[in-house]
Amino acid sequence: MNDLDAEDRLRFEQLVLPHVDAAFNLARWLLRRREDAEEVAQEALLRACRSFHGFRGGDARAWLLQIVRNTCYSWLENNRPRELMVEFDEELHPQPVATPESIAIADEDRERLTRGLETLPPRFREVLVLRELEGCSYKEIAAITSMPIGTVMSSLSRARRQLCSALTSSSHKEAVREV
Amino acid sequence: MRCDFADSLLQGYFDGELSSASAVEFERHLQQCTHCPVELVDMDLLSERLQIAQLYESAPASLRKKIRANLRPVAAATAMSQPLRWHWLAAAAVLLLLVIAGWRVNSVLRTDDYQAELAEAIVDAHVLSLQSGHLTGISSNDEQAVNGWFKGRLKFVLPARDFANDGFTLQGGRLDVVDERSVAVLVYTSTGHLINVFVWPTQGRDTSAQVGSRQGYQWVDWRKGRIEFCAVSDAPTSDLQQLQRLFTN
Repeated sequence: MNDLDAEDRLRFEQLVLPHVDAAFNLARWLLRRREDAEEVAQEALLRACRSFHGFRGGDARAWLLQIVRNTCYSWLENNRPRELMVEFDEELHPQPVATPESIAIADEDRERLTRGLETLPPRFREVLVLRELEGCSYKEIAAITSMPIGTVMSSLSRARRQLCSALTSSSHKEAVREV
Repeated sequence: MRCDFADSLLQGYFDGELSSASAVEFERHLQQCTHCPVELVDMDLLSERLQIAQLYESAPASLRKKIRANLRPVAAATAMSQPLRWHWLAAAAVLLLLVIAGWRVNSVLRTDDYQAELAEAIVDAHVLSLQSGHLTGISSNDEQAVNGWFKGRLKFVLPARDFANDGFTLQGGRLDVVDERSVAVLVYTSTGHLINVFVWPTQGRDTSAQVGSRQGYQWVDWRKGRIEFCAVSDAPTSDLQQLQRLFTN
């Protein structure tokens, strides 16, 4: 991170670093694994730092998240290209993650929602995460994803519907199992 | 089954993103449609479930550590002579320590609309002041000097006070514009954090401290003696509340 002068570095610390949580959260939901998210979020922060002198004000969170998103998609293309092709895969199981975090997920509904979100295609998952977890406006989501606002809206619509139906079918399956 | 006519408007309505004209149009539609009200309820339930499940995942300490490791050698190697710059460096270091300690920003604002809008404008002004580097019109820790600078520039008497003994050092003041209204700003540093206290006259009665956070910054708002104060910083809320108590005592 040697490319910034002292003044830019301080601005970077004040403006961008408060959004490290947002960066990690988006990466975690796009990549579905915390280890991958950590690696990619770090790479994204490096990229952000390198291109920070080109940032002249505006929404620092949206600016950072745009970089995080692009870094995530490049990573997916190189490592798990299949995920970018699936439209909606009900049989797509979340990869088993034996981290203490996943073991600690005691809350059943939380687990069900996590699984539901993870079965959505990345492009639907990201709008839901940005809207529902990150609280972004449509304008911010459009800036982060480089999509027109109309597309943001229709993606959100499909994402919500698919998540609802994934949740219904998963609870249905569980009910069947219990019987 | 779904309603094609309303599909585009439904999301916007639910997310509060429609213009008031479109919202009225959609509400008219809602009274006749059998699908949209059901879908609105579904969306609301889903949203609530997502909130309750607390799916937001904060950055792990190890990530913050790596980012800090990348930033620190450069920062330490740079000589800073100006005192305020030194404070900024300290601010960054303390910020990192705090976040490593697990401090987490709650991005959900649960206050009424007026305060949400006010907080938005104030936090924007705070960020803008950091971006532009325009922090102080007068740079001084002397109460008299700062008050003297404001006198003639303001239509009300500004209680500029230095609380250095309590850990809040006055750095100076400036004039700013928030929501198209001119406000005075007192600038403090505290354990390395930079705090902007926005001050303007109000007709409202005294209030106790209202707190919130937005986009990684905390704010504490209160009114006393026909003056409204709003302190904003990346410092923890408890620090801002301490500053609020110093002001009101």
